[in-house]
Amino acid sequence: MSTALNTYRNGPDEGGHFGIFGGRFVAETLMPLVLEVEKAYTAAKQDSAFIDEFEYYKQHYIGRPSPLFLAARLSAHYGGAKLYLKRDELNHTGAHKINNVMGQALLARRMGKTKIIAETGAGQHGVATATACALFGMECEVYMGAEDVRRQKPNVDRMRLLGATVVPVTSGSGTLKDAMNEALRTWVAKAETHFYIIGTVAGPHPYPAMVRDFQSVIGEELRWQLEEFEGPGRLPDTLIACIGGGSNAMGLFHPFLDDESVEIIGVEAAGHGLDSGAHAASLTGGRPGVLHGNRTYLLQDDDGQIAEAHSISAGLDYPGIGPEHAWLHESGRVRYESATDTEALEAFALCSRLEGIIPALEPSHALAYAGKILPDLPPDHIVVMNMCGRGDKDLEAVLPRLEDMGLLAP
Amino acid sequence: MSYGHARLDRMFAALRQEGRGGLGIFVTAGDPDRETGQKILAGLPSAGADMIEFGMPFSDPMADGPSIQASSLRALKAGATLASTLDMLRTFRAGDADTPVVLMGYYNPIYSYGVEAFLDEAIAAGADGLIVVDLPPEEDAELCLPARAKNLPFVRLTTPTTHDGRLPAVLVNTAGFVYYVSITGITGTQTVPRDLAAAAVKRLKNHTDLPVAVGFGIKTPEDVRAIASVADAAIVGSAVVERIRDSLDAEGQATVATVDGVLSFVGELAAGVRGGRV
Ligand SMILES: Cc1ncc(COP(=O)(O)O)c(C=O)c1O
Repeated sequence: MSTALNTYRNGPDEGGHFGIFGGRFVAETLMPLVLEVEKAYTAAKQDSAFIDEFEYYKQHYIGRPSPLFLAARLSAHYGGAKLYLKRDELNHTGAHKINNVMGQALLARRMGKTKIIAETGAGQHGVATATACALFGMECEVYMGAEDVRRQKPNVDRMRLLGATVVPVTSGSGTLKDAMNEALRTWVAKAETHFYIIGTVAGPHPYPAMVRDFQSVIGEELRWQLEEFEGPGRLPDTLIACIGGGSNAMGLFHPFLDDESVEIIGVEAAGHGLDSGAHAASLTGGRPGVLHGNRTYLLQDDDGQIAEAHSISAGLDYPGIGPEHAWLHESGRVRYESATDTEALEAFALCSRLEGIIPALEPSHALAYAGKILPDLPPDHIVVMNMCGRGDKDLEAVLPRLEDMGLLAP
Repeated sequence: MSYGHARLDRMFAALRQEGRGGLGIFVTAGDPDRETGQKILAGLPSAGADMIEFGMPFSDPMADGPSIQASSLRALKAGATLASTLDMLRTFRAGDADTPVVLMGYYNPIYSYGVEAFLDEAIAAGADGLIVVDLPPEEDAELCLPARAKNLPFVRLTTPTTHDGRLPAVLVNTAGFVYYVSITGITGTQTVPRDLAAAAVKRLKNHTDLPVAVGFGIKTPEDVRAIASVADAAIVGSAVVERIRDSLDAEGQATVATVDGVLSFVGELAAGVRGGRV
């Protein structure tokens, strides 16, 4: 990519690099497959039949566009700026993950693949994948860390109901990183027959760019929806989204990267606190390394061994981040902040009580950070947060904590 | 100092003269602990290993099955680092000037160490080649080309999915030998039938003059005999580290049986290649 930047939106280069990040760091067994996916995707995104088909399912199956909602009571609570929520939690299956899954499932179908593998953390990507597989009559295997199987049980049940095989992964800390390792191992073994639907803007090229493209509908809709509320040409002043691998954030951010006036903030999970060592903030607490097919910021020790992340939110509990975020971080275009487990729990409760929207733990991190900046912003300042998932899946894990914190109604 | 192609070339030339395929043994550096690992390493040549693949432990070995994953984690738990791996190699070389040792692992620890520093120290320690699983030719600029510039062979993996159209790109910067991954899968899973391996080696030989070693899924003396009769070398990994695992006590510590158990198994495997080509 050119160093004399006049756009942040033309990455990656041919080799899948965003600056020094990204690339294709996979075993040779997978490399021909990865090239095949790239070729198929390059052809599909220029094919109006594919585009129309994707549009059809977005509208009639996912239920897009997702609404934009002025969260008046939250705005009043924080005082200061206006807070809008981009309501991707209203999508079919309850999160943004289905946007990307639908794109990849249609691509897999186009490539003649009928067997799908996926990794999942919170289970939202797994549920979305199981859903698309049910819809298209495909075989589906979902790898999920054993710890996540425990803390996101409702999603495990949904996947099984949808006909997917859920494979609990016990290696490592039994969370998303380990699930991704095992999914990659399975893909190595089944490379010739299976399509791997990656759930976030990570993995080898073309996945980070492809997933971003499929999720960009979030930001594209926001552009015209906000004009309907606020008048022609009105851009958001601040965008906020949570970051696990970074797909919901990239979907919201990417269409606005070249709009200089728009401040963009990604919120990582600070777990027990950035100083505790138990967190999942790879940009704040990590350094560049290579894992899961790409170079990016990783939590790791001095020897380059990958560290275990921690977050109360299974969807953010990952020691890496998509490579494009690593690049946007270094280039300074996007600012990356964090929120702790406790702050996210407070936001979870607050949003439920004030807006009647039970958010997933993941976007609760974004809301927690929004709550820190909103009071100091002027009333005509517009903040848009990606409400990328609903919280039903989290109740079992969250309720006892909220009870302890005195945040539940009697 | 003898490094680079020299030791590997001499070994393959000697094997050709003997009219047999070689035996490559994979062990993870520092498994189950540094002291025991060093003894195993030192004993491998006289037990019958013609060449050693020395695993650089990594927390997330994505192309490895449960046996080598566990081996890597045992080593890391016992304190292994990339620096200690190089140190073990240095110690080994002080007592063995002939047996080729190829460092095998994943890129992140090397990247974290620093590519130039790693290459210089690996060469100084007596490494004869590198196999880095997650660096396909598309990423040659990372480590393969810098290694080549220092005359340290970068041994490439080729697989059943590496089709003919892709082979030239895979082979172009490969040196020392070509490692044929005989199965579409991770280490330690299925066993490869001999005639399939033979056909694959033949296909590779149409594209390269380099020796071809075959690994992944080779477990028994019979497997070794079959594969070494059709390839320049057979490489055994999972089955070897499983011997280590099986010898440990309830706390996962080495026992008196560990070193001998592994080396006698390597002796059995070696018997498989000493009978000459069938
Ligand atoms: C609701 C929700 N938000 C966010 C994430 C994190 O992923 P990403 O950062 O790719 O959006 C997940 C992952 O499971 C999720 O379920």
